[in-house]
Amino acid sequence: MSLMSFFNRRTSAPVARERLQILLAHERGVLGGKPDLVAQLREEILAVVRRHVMVEHQNVQVKMNRDADISTLEIEVEIPGPTPVGAR
Amino acid sequence: MAKVLVVTSGKGGVGKTTSSAALGAALAHGGDKVVVIDFDVGLRNLDLVMGAERRVVFDLINVVQGDAKLSQALIRDKRLENLSLLPASQTRDKDALTEEGVARVLNDLRERFDWIICDSPAGIERGATMAMRHADVAVVVTNPEVSSVRDSDRIIGLLDSKTEKAEKGDRIEKHLLLTRYDPARAERGEMLKVDDVLEILSIPLIGIIPESEEVLRASNMGSPVTLNNPSSAPGRAYFDAARRLKGETVELTIPSDKKSLLGKLFGRRAA
Repeated sequence: MSLMSFFNRRTSAPVARERLQILLAHERGVLGGKPDLVAQLREEILAVVRRHVMVEHQNVQVKMNRDADISTLEIEVEIPGPTPVGAR
Repeated sequence: MAKVLVVTSGKGGVGKTTSSAALGAALAHGGDKVVVIDFDVGLRNLDLVMGAERRVVFDLINVVQGDAKLSQALIRDKRLENLSLLPASQTRDKDALTEEGVARVLNDLRERFDWIICDSPAGIERGATMAMRHADVAVVVTNPEVSSVRDSDRIIGLLDSKTEKAEKGDRIEKHLLLTRYDPARAERGEMLKVDDVLEILSIPLIGIIPESEEVLRASNMGSPVTLNNPSSAPGRAYFDAARRLKGETVELTIPSDKKSLLGKLFGRRAA
């Protein structure tokens, strides 16, 4: 460890404390009763999309980010392009 | 009126068995009749920590299934006559722990003892849920470390929903026992502080057990730390916690083993 990094070192306990507070707020709340919320949301959203277009499982990306104030669920569905005329 | 106390944590290795043995011995030392039950079917260790591993004949599952009488399975401690141990089975399957069977054994024990301490296995499966199921009081053992705090939070949720008391709409009494605490590291910001853990888990504190060599020394000897070295830092901390469990008001301190400089230079200890 260099001298600089020694002096710049942030103590780790406050980081642990903050991470836990955010994680547990989520686990107790939204995810409390449904630990597989993300999987469930993905399936249901996909079902809606599939009513209109055919999508493969591997063309769906789901990302989640949980922060203290706001959480985001990012769902990216790759919809296939139009089938060329004559291919049917 | 007998009390059923579960010592639980979710995470393994945080000190459930050490704490069960130490609190059991401390309560028995104060004159109460105490039985400590090992619920860790297949991985029993309470017998070893309490130095009774060579005296196990029958176990909890034998009693649950009616193959042995309670009096045959209970092992009386050789140092404290009002302390007993009910070992777990090492060979049977944990599914043999039926809810009715466990309830029947606990009811029989309630007539003979003041404290029934259920040493829970790690995890949240059958052994753990059976250990907490009929409890009146819970001691949640937590290390000042992120994974332990998270698992304790999960266990607190189960205590509030899956126990008999909770299902009847009563509140189960829950206490936090913070173990392996190092005040110096917490002060330097290298370890979660007592107040951090308390704020996150928001259940009352029953004791702080400082990190200490005495805990390993005691388990090496097969003796609860409260018997092996009652005046050691963890020994005193467990005695204080036991008094609080009995409803006494004891000022919260973190006992220390630290010796003075002279003690370090000239101190010698056997063992």
